[in-house]
Amino acid sequence: MAADIAAGKPQKLPLAKAINESLRKAMENDPKVLIMGEDVGKLGGVFRVTDGLQKDFGEDRVVDTPLAESGIVGTAIGLALRGYRPVVEIQFDGFVFPAYDQIVTQLAKMHARALGKVKLPVVIRIPYGGGIGAVEHHSESPEALFAHVAGLKCVSPSNSADAYWMMQQAIDSDDPVIFFEPKRRYWDKGEVDTESIPGPLHRARTVREGTDLTLVAYGPMVKVCLEAAAAAAEEGKSLEVVDLRSMSPIDFDTVQGSVERTRRLVVVHEAPVFLGTGAELAARITERCFYHLEAPVLRVGGFHAPYPPARLEEEYLPGLDRVLDAVDRALAY
Amino acid sequence: MTVESTAARKPRRTTKRAGAKKPPDATKPELVQLLTPEGKRVEHPDHSIDLTDDELRGLYRDMVLTRRFDAEATALQRQGELGLWASLLGQEAAQIGSGRALRDDDYVFPTYREHGVAWCRGVDPTNLLGMFRGVNNGGWDPNSNNFHLYTIVIGSQALHATGYAMGVAKDGSDAAVIAYFGDGASSQGDVAEAFTFSAVYNAPVVFFCQNNQWAISEPTEKQTRVPLYQRAQGYGFPGVRVDGNDVLACLAVTRSALERARRGEGPTLVEAFTYRMGAHTTSDDPTKYRRDEEREAWEAKDPILRLKTYLTAEGIADDGFLAELDRESDGLAQRVREAIRLMPDPDTMAIFENVYADGHALVDEERAEFAAYQASFAEEVS
Repeated sequence: MAADIAAGKPQKLPLAKAINESLRKAMENDPKVLIMGEDVGKLGGVFRVTDGLQKDFGEDRVVDTPLAESGIVGTAIGLALRGYRPVVEIQFDGFVFPAYDQIVTQLAKMHARALGKVKLPVVIRIPYGGGIGAVEHHSESPEALFAHVAGLKCVSPSNSADAYWMMQQAIDSDDPVIFFEPKRRYWDKGEVDTESIPGPLHRARTVREGTDLTLVAYGPMVKVCLEAAAAAAEEGKSLEVVDLRSMSPIDFDTVQGSVERTRRLVVVHEAPVFLGTGAELAARITERCFYHLEAPVLRVGGFHAPYPPARLEEEYLPGLDRVLDAVDRALAY
Repeated sequence: MTVESTAARKPRRTTKRAGAKKPPDATKPELVQLLTPEGKRVEHPDHSIDLTDDELRGLYRDMVLTRRFDAEATALQRQGELGLWASLLGQEAAQIGSGRALRDDDYVFPTYREHGVAWCRGVDPTNLLGMFRGVNNGGWDPNSNNFHLYTIVIGSQALHATGYAMGVAKDGSDAAVIAYFGDGASSQGDVAEAFTFSAVYNAPVVFFCQNNQWAISEPTEKQTRVPLYQRAQGYGFPGVRVDGNDVLACLAVTRSALERARRGEGPTLVEAFTYRMGAHTTSDDPTKYRRDEEREAWEAKDPILRLKTYLTAEGIADDGFLAELDRESDGLAQRVREAIRLMPDPDTMAIFENVYADGHALVDEERAEFAAYQASFAEEVS
């Protein structure tokens, strides 16, 4: 399979494997690219995203780190200052917070603090979101906490091709990128064409065209929204689905273009809606499309409560029915 | 551009076993000293130094000029030219001694008080004033002098230094890295993690802790139950306490720690035992939490005075040298005063500069909106 990828033949790959292939390609292309994290070496990470990379690139480039997230990000900053391009793995979303200080006070601000004299090409990979029946701290969606911070860029692929290419682009970026990986989609297969770049890293993509309402989602919720659009179509409702792909910067232009045609917007994400990506989209799109809108922008997402125990997550997570309920409410205006 | 599999440097067995001496006794810390507070040269079994007269005069000059610069900055804060100043008064020997131990290709990660180290690295002192005046958050190119920007969040830079040192090792270079921090920072998790990472990867880094006895109002007893240098032992690398007011000892100890790093033997913790003679910053009031007698006791250990006593007693510094240095100090002070008054406020639109290296759509949008908003006032006036 790796040989086919190397030969540039389009292949159907699980999302996790697409990231693995992308990391491999980046390491082959640039000896300054390093992988760091807990269990990323022999084990290949708890989700096997770095499987086989240490065997092929050595312990010096695929670095098993001490179990200390602030240390991982803090030393990655130092390595970046030395000219390396570290790709750091945080094992689970809920474990990033010991590193939050280094990310917010140092990684995000150092380029500005240095008046542009230093660059911080660090990628922080975070498997995020729920739906895998995990224990506490393993199912969260903290993207708004990072998108809120100037100096960081935040992206999330929804499919294998984007996972492959967005990782290439994130590693190429001279800015720090928080790369949110939808962990419950790790095993979903999709076609990856290593010859054809799908588009710029921070450009949203319309993945289904429609005329009655726009659904905006990213990461794990794109699949849910596509299913919702298919179900709505059976009832004669034409929904457009936009895969946002980037939460910082947000491609407001693409969303605006869609909403100016459909006149209705529903934003869907797993993260709590309060002060979330959907809140920012609602504010901006209302400002930009006030006279086009037929309904207020609605949001479907998590509640202002801790992520629930796994037995409740099916109710907590936005699913087909909650999305369609919001669609109906928006269409009723 | 190739990176060999250099791996983290493996420690080499030295012929003399470093740990052959008796284990440290927490109740009686060993203090490396080569010049007593009275200005007498003494020897130490593990650390020696042999400097030329020029080098000795150079260290004295560095300390005097650094102190003068620092005093001038404090005065400029009182005059309203700086919003804040963090004085290094009393810590000149720790900073000049360690700073002069460095090679050009070594790399420094300072706190916000390392004005003396900056001096040693050749950073123009007037550049240090920008962030305290409020015209920037760091006014120099870190790579011009291998002197990273001042870091305000306590202890963060220990990890940056460690990561940088890991990179140095990967590059196969024999440069070393030095991380400065204080007694307060020794309580930070980032410093503990830096100790762990540097030990595990055998990174060529020296942790230079200036224990100036006070973290704003909290004495060292609120940070630790053991002498700080002894913490290194638990991480698996040597720790040494040096008289931080003895520039010769600071130079000797830092040199040997740097050499150890260059040889691939990993990190060292140096605890420079010194005293913050002034306030934490110009916003602080030490009279609320410490006794005058304590400061007076440390005044008797002044780093500059003791070297002056030694240099004059040995005939290394004469009146002519001291008078010339006075003139140079006055010149530096005048240059600093002039520079600060010529330091322009940044252009308002600098708010939006360098937020990202590759640009960001939102920053572009907000920049344009704000520029238009500002321009609207110009139109009203006309």
